[in-house]
Amino acid sequence: MNEVSFVRTEMLEQEAPPASTVGVIGWLRANLFSNALNSVLTIIALFSVFSLLYGFLPWAYSPTWAAASLSECRDILHSLGREGHFSGACWGVVRDRWVQLLFGFYPSEHYWRPVLAFFLTFAALAPVLFAEKTPAKMIWVSVLYPFVMPWLLWGGTVWTPVVALLGFVVGIYVYRTVTAAMGSLFGLIAAVVAAAIWWLFIASSVSSGLAGILELAMEPVSSRQFGGLMLSLTIGIVAIGFSLPLGIVLALGRQSDLLIVKALCVGFIEFIRGVPLITLLFVASTLLNIFMPPGTNFDIIMRVIIMATLFSSAYMAEVIRGGLAALPKGQYEGGDSLGLNYWQAQRLIIMPQALKISIPGIVSNFIGLFKDTTLVSVIGLLDPLGLSTAIRANAEWNGVVWELYGFIALLFFVFCFSMARYSMYLERKLQTGHK
Amino acid sequence: MSELSTSREIDRSKMQVSDKVAIQINAMNKWYGAFHVLRDINLTVNEGERIVIAGPSGSGKSTLIRCINRLEEHQKGDIIVDGIELTSDLKNIDKIRSEVGMCFQHFNLFPHLTILENCTLAPIWVRKTPRKEAIETAMHFLEKVKIPEQANKYPGQLSGGQQQRVAIARSLCMKPRIMLFDEPTSALDPEMIKEVLDTMIELAEEGMTMLCVTHEMGFARQVANRVIFMDQGQIVEQNEPEEFFNNPQSERTKLFLSQILGH
Repeated sequence: MNEVSFVRTEMLEQEAPPASTVGVIGWLRANLFSNALNSVLTIIALFSVFSLLYGFLPWAYSPTWAAASLSECRDILHSLGREGHFSGACWGVVRDRWVQLLFGFYPSEHYWRPVLAFFLTFAALAPVLFAEKTPAKMIWVSVLYPFVMPWLLWGGTVWTPVVALLGFVVGIYVYRTVTAAMGSLFGLIAAVVAAAIWWLFIASSVSSGLAGILELAMEPVSSRQFGGLMLSLTIGIVAIGFSLPLGIVLALGRQSDLLIVKALCVGFIEFIRGVPLITLLFVASTLLNIFMPPGTNFDIIMRVIIMATLFSSAYMAEVIRGGLAALPKGQYEGGDSLGLNYWQAQRLIIMPQALKISIPGIVSNFIGLFKDTTLVSVIGLLDPLGLSTAIRANAEWNGVVWELYGFIALLFFVFCFSMARYSMYLERKLQTGHK
Repeated sequence: MSELSTSREIDRSKMQVSDKVAIQINAMNKWYGAFHVLRDINLTVNEGERIVIAGPSGSGKSTLIRCINRLEEHQKGDIIVDGIELTSDLKNIDKIRSEVGMCFQHFNLFPHLTILENCTLAPIWVRKTPRKEAIETAMHFLEKVKIPEQANKYPGQLSGGQQQRVAIARSLCMKPRIMLFDEPTSALDPEMIKEVLDTMIELAEEGMTMLCVTHEMGFARQVANRVIFMDQGQIVEQNEPEEFFNNPQSERTKLFLSQILGH
């Protein structure tokens, strides 16, 4: 036997960990009081939270719900003996104006239409967001939703969405016929051209003709009557829905070997990213009319949606390009070596992984886009912020600030936070072990 | 280097080299920018041949087999695989790729799909096999590489050796006529190398046409019917394994063999 030789004769049994590292005390020790500096910081932090709540809660707890004006609020607080600038919140403004903050100047007898559209949004999103938990047939709700939603909101004859939907039928029919005769590339081009011709030149006369036979119309609501959260949601949801696919196409285009496609995509992305959104919105609201033939009335909300979509898709493209760049070259080669063609490889192998990597960035973009919809107030559309300015200009509520902005912030927070939580859920769900 | 990769007797009954040509490469040259990476490659591979390509790193051996299924484009000369000439025609390329299976050093499994989905993806989308049949085929080949119980796991949950065997099964699901192996064991622990080599030997026993870039000289001795030695982008020497290892002709080959077999 030499000095380094060692042989274990008995194996050790498992023991419980020391008491100071488990349970509540263990947690407090590990997370809050692990050393002197951390203990001091913990106490300072707790004190800050306490003083914030100490100031906020008495202000928020204020029995002014029924008040009809700011002065009434002050009277109520005065009678309670509460004086001073921050003596209490004036919640009456929220009770008085919440409907307006939600719907703007949308005719009140038609409120059911945006409400129905809102709930249909969830029905349409469910098969996309929670694919494995919803019945397969639900996907039809998602397919029809883009046609039903505008009809519900703007009203008019039911034939407009039906004829718009027929444009896709025309496109698919042309694609099938031409593909059979001349191959899929020509089929695709012919289908796009045919659908475009249908929408631009034929659709309106067909729908007005059909409406002449059988009207089936709901009372139209003009875009100028839209407002409040409903306007933000309309712009936000539609722009989000279009910016993701457009972003994917732009990201692929930017990586393409085809020189012109690549140049176009790079040019578009860099131009849009180099310009503030407000500029684009101004272009949408004023300049666009100059280029249009006189007399054309291109819907203002539609114009804003297009601009917001383009703006967001440029950022989306860059986020997705990041995801594409993070994929090892071997994934492309794996797909290639099995004989998958470009689109199959993109759809089945590359995109699912690239999008998964980019989820946090994509959802950040969605949230940013939704919040950017408040910028439409600068071109005169009455989103919640635009309405708040109008409400505060009113004699009754002149001087109310925190309550109004707080309520609007809460409305936006609910949606943005839900998106953030969904993105975290999706990341966990798609986790398949390390690569 | 391990001298012998398997302890069992190899069944040579089906290892027949036919006189039908599988791959024909004539005066092929390739450049990476200005770098002349493959120089005047002439190679004929018959059906049923098991060829091991050896050589120092940077000698162009991986590039050569990657040219055969057009993962790399050659600039001069021609490559004819299974009677189809490789040109820039995408249809020919996809056709050849579906006839030629390939295994990579880093497996290149799709991490977002289960093992079974990895194996059924190409048959379903490229061969248009009905899903049920594709799953049956996949399970058949997963049993063959001895990991059917892992079918519903994800690649990230498997060991390197298991992943490489899945990669082999995935290629086999396309029922390829030729298999290319690009250093299939280089990224594996010694224990796992054996399980992958065993799978490759079984494949050879069934008469598959194989081109392997590998440093496993034991495998070359036992399985290959021809060893090709490459250096500086050219084929320096090729011979039957017995002759190649015992009686190398070129100085370069002798040096290489003394270095890899010398310890």
